[in-house]
Amino acid sequence: MITGLFDVLGATLRVGTPLAFASSGELISERAGVLNLGIEGTMYAGAFVGIAMAASTGSLSMGLLAAIVAGLVAGLLMSFLTVTLGVNQHVVGLGMTLALIAICETANRIMFTEGSGQVRVDPWQPMYQDLGAPWSQYWLTYFAFLILIPTLWIVINKTGIGLKISAVGENPEAADAAGISVARVRYGAVTFGAALMAVGGAFITLAFIGSFTIDIIAGRGWVALALVIFARWRVGGMLVGILIFSFVYAAQNRLRLIPELSEVPYEILLALPYVAVIVGLVISGRKMRYPGAYLKPYRRT
Amino acid sequence: MSTWDGGLAHAPAIPRIQLERIAKAFGQVKALEDVSLSVGSGRVHALLGENGAGKTTLMRILYGLTRPDSGSIRIDGENLRIPSPKVARRYGIGMVTQHFALVGPMTVAENLSLTTGASGLLSRRRQSLAVSELSEKFGLDIDPDAVVEDLPVGGRQRVEILKALAGGCSTLVLDEPTAVLTPDDVSSLFALVRGLCADSGLAVIFISHKMHEVLDICDDLSVLRHGRIVSTQRNENLNIHELTRLMIGEDSVEGEVLVGGVDVEHARIAKSLSDRGSGRQDPVLSVRELSVIRDDATLVEGVSLELFPGEIVGVAGVTGNGQSELVSALLGLREPTRGDIQVSGVPVQGSGVQGRRAAGLAGVSEDRHSLIVGELSVAENLALADSNKFKRGLVLNKSGMTANAELAIDHFSIKATPTQAAGTLSGGNMQKVLLARMFQAAPEVAIVAQPTRGLDVSSTAQVRKELVEGAEKGTAVLVISEDLDEVLELAHRVLVMYRGQIIGELSGGDATAQRIGQLMAGVGGTP
Amino acid sequence: MKMILREKQSTARNFGLVAIAVLITYAISAGLIRWAGGNPLAAFRLMLISPLQSTFGIGEVILSATPILFTGIAVALAFRAGYWNIGAEGQFLMGAVFATFIALNLGDLPGFVILPVIMVSAAIGGALWGVVPAILRVRYGIDEVVTTLLLNPCAALLVSGLLNGPWRNPETAFPETLRFPEQTDLPIMIPGTRIHIGFGIGLIVLVICWFVVARTATGLRLRAVGSNLKAAEASGVDVKRVLFGAALSSAAIAGLAGGLEVTGVQHQLTDGISPGFGYTGVIIATLAGLTFPGVLAVALLFADLTVGSFTASRVLQIPSSVGDVVQALLLVSVVALLVFRRYKIVLSREAKE
Repeated sequence: MITGLFDVLGATLRVGTPLAFASSGELISERAGVLNLGIEGTMYAGAFVGIAMAASTGSLSMGLLAAIVAGLVAGLLMSFLTVTLGVNQHVVGLGMTLALIAICETANRIMFTEGSGQVRVDPWQPMYQDLGAPWSQYWLTYFAFLILIPTLWIVINKTGIGLKISAVGENPEAADAAGISVARVRYGAVTFGAALMAVGGAFITLAFIGSFTIDIIAGRGWVALALVIFARWRVGGMLVGILIFSFVYAAQNRLRLIPELSEVPYEILLALPYVAVIVGLVISGRKMRYPGAYLKPYRRT
Repeated sequence: MSTWDGGLAHAPAIPRIQLERIAKAFGQVKALEDVSLSVGSGRVHALLGENGAGKTTLMRILYGLTRPDSGSIRIDGENLRIPSPKVARRYGIGMVTQHFALVGPMTVAENLSLTTGASGLLSRRRQSLAVSELSEKFGLDIDPDAVVEDLPVGGRQRVEILKALAGGCSTLVLDEPTAVLTPDDVSSLFALVRGLCADSGLAVIFISHKMHEVLDICDDLSVLRHGRIVSTQRNENLNIHELTRLMIGEDSVEGEVLVGGVDVEHARIAKSLSDRGSGRQDPVLSVRELSVIRDDATLVEGVSLELFPGEIVGVAGVTGNGQSELVSALLGLREPTRGDIQVSGVPVQGSGVQGRRAAGLAGVSEDRHSLIVGELSVAENLALADSNKFKRGLVLNKSGMTANAELAIDHFSIKATPTQAAGTLSGGNMQKVLLARMFQAAPEVAIVAQPTRGLDVSSTAQVRKELVEGAEKGTAVLVISEDLDEVLELAHRVLVMYRGQIIGELSGGDATAQRIGQLMAGVGGTP
Repeated sequence: MKMILREKQSTARNFGLVAIAVLITYAISAGLIRWAGGNPLAAFRLMLISPLQSTFGIGEVILSATPILFTGIAVALAFRAGYWNIGAEGQFLMGAVFATFIALNLGDLPGFVILPVIMVSAAIGGALWGVVPAILRVRYGIDEVVTTLLLNPCAALLVSGLLNGPWRNPETAFPETLRFPEQTDLPIMIPGTRIHIGFGIGLIVLVICWFVVARTATGLRLRAVGSNLKAAEASGVDVKRVLFGAALSSAAIAGLAGGLEVTGVQHQLTDGISPGFGYTGVIIATLAGLTFPGVLAVALLFADLTVGSFTASRVLQIPSSVGDVVQALLLVSVVALLVFRRYKIVLSREAKE
């Protein structure tokens, strides 16, 4: 029973890793006032570009680097469209997701799937395997939970940059008046956020699974988005949300052994983050505190 | 016209700020012409003038938000260019406007850190301490950990002032600072300002239209009218009447009864009203104790008024004294916090725009762009307010709408076609469309705010003619206008609004520009 | 670099901008096609023209256009009112679910009874899926973008749960329902093709929506709200009612689409019942400029591309997903370039502050 629990905890962290990266990226972006609906597509891009590069160069690190670059490019494009051009954020975000997924799928078929083949790499293995679960994790997992999230918390809450990002998302006029370049902050937040999202996708292909298939991201981008909103854009809440969701997901096999809960369809558990966000919205009603400048492009008049 | 005596005997040799022969035009409109101003350190210099006089433009130039077409700016004697607010701040110029640039959910300390450009790792305690120090140094009383949006307006203003001072400012521009303050807040502010001037040699430019207050605080003052400085004096033994005259207009002559432009017709109406005199009808609009309170600020306080059929009542006052909120409340755009509104005895408060329209109250508020749906056609905009009346069965009666539009276009001389997108019309024509829509409802009470603001001469005359004709036909018309000439021209009775209250009512021989102007500036009058 | 408002718009420039968007789309997709080893011009000819060269092809195009015609209409209607319904995908699925329920349980009723029941249920299913975000928006002012969006994966999970659970096919044990009873098959509209009456219904819905929006008082109010909510409110329009009505109508139409797809084409409910029809609807509505005739045109264009890319993939050995790439790129580039309809870039020193 205890080993079972440890297994589940270990799985929780593994499952939570792509979410940790993607949610962090989305949180930074939304804090600056940009809803990036391109998250699902960016994760795809990271996943595909990562493994494609890894397969051609034989180096997983090169793959990761390529994924980061792909994310940066996607982020720059998104920033250009939403910040400089001021296009409708959700239409362009959806468009990016659809475009990136279609492009990756096309590229995948061109490069790898001759005659039902599939790109494969030798993925990263978890470290410290002799320690057993839950201590043995991929290095990216350690990075995500021990370095990325705490650093994110510190940066957002305790540094000048974090203050600027929050100000830009909350009241861009005030930020502008204080001499902060709203455009520059948003470009930075969205681009860096997209790079993180891409790493989240790359984790799945370079470490978790080791190959790429259509639907490999399977909606995790949307889960990550939901978790950010559920957390009211706070890093602590985001972490809690990630852990709860991942735990439930990882435990669903185990939970089926408990008779009372075996009737609960696994799909309901997967739907939890979405339902939780909507229920949360219903409960808090008008008091829901969006970053003040959510979805609004900023033009100095 | 007196000129500034230089103040040189009292101030340090070189004035802190010198604006020399500043001119600025926006297209054809000359916003500023040959404006010169000198502010000494440790002195409060008031800039007095009505809306549209050019005060804001002048300050935007000083703060780097816009560039003068000609003229120069000297700071401590040095001729400098100010291309942006950042540079202005570097030169020690700080500005506090009515629109606070504060991030609501953050604390005072965090907002300050944004301004001072704090970077790297921040410690909450250090930030708080820094703010407390500054706060004490300048004699403000601010809690650094207070969340900005929870502070009352007066408190937020103090944070804005602290922001300016923290940036190391030697010249503080206060733009209409008392607009949203309670009398107590105003006293505190003035004490603060005097203290800062005395202790740190701060030069202060105090922009306002409220003569009464301005005289309480300033050392020197300049009057700006239609883009020109008409007077600069020291605040000693000032003639208030003279100042009012300067501020409001040289065409108003002391002691004369002025009922303005539409003389003949106006006299006719006035006569017909007085004929009706004794058989006094019941008021068609009855407003009792109307108040509008928003975010702890009382914007309209206990306003009561009555309108009788066929009369035009003007509400004069400088913009910012609660007129917008009063109009919104009367028209149903934002229901009042308290008070009753009755149209021919029928209570309408709470019933929204449609409810009021159905009861016979219609109007045009001041921002035509929040009333006209630009993408829809003229005919559609006209039909929108009465959309259910333009139906033929299930379908919109398009020919009916067009006919209606054509009638309006013809009657009001609107330069447009029924199918033209309303957003492409000129300001004057848009206003006429809105008036047409108002009269379309055959209202018993018509309320218009700033009806001719920004319109050319012929449109202005036309709009006023329509209002007069409407009154002749029996509609009671309420005209809220910051243009004193307009009020004088149109109204049988004049109410004056100041600080959210009606502080005076004048009619007949008392309704002189003089008297009204004084009330507008807060002088005399009983709330 | 700064964006400032243009004084005048010109139709010529607008056409030019769309042309540039098309060129960009072509350039990028041509790159992919060439990489795949195909000739771009040949590929585009196959994608765009070949489906129209046979009756069968045209039939397939119209069939393929049916679901996205509906979702395009649904999204255009909502967007026109200023209600950003991104949840057409989930509403489509719920319509399919409700239709499936009726088909599986009341399938023994005669065709002319059960079909209307299915269609109404599908619409109700869609509307139910759209009602919560609508209420949140109208009552609490909560943005509908996120709420409608997040209900999409929920709907997909619901479908999955049903297909893996109570509705699992007992014969094959696949996550799919049994084949629906024959009475529930939608009649074929044009003999010799697979085009079912769904397309006809779609055209009727299109005309009705166009009519309501353009010719009725309700439509006038809807357009006012979508164009300038504050002005509409100030003019006495009941904004809440308009938004709520638009939201529910939109969801119902998307739901109806799901019901028609499941009874007209698949005759069973599977996981793949919607390869993103709801999202395609968003693209179509946007590219159509939210006009209803435009939706029909773009839907047919996209269907043409989709059918054509299968041909192209067979003939040229390139992936059929190129069609999806073209559609998405077209959206992004058109939307980006049309910004220049109203704004222009200024690169002056003054703009640097």
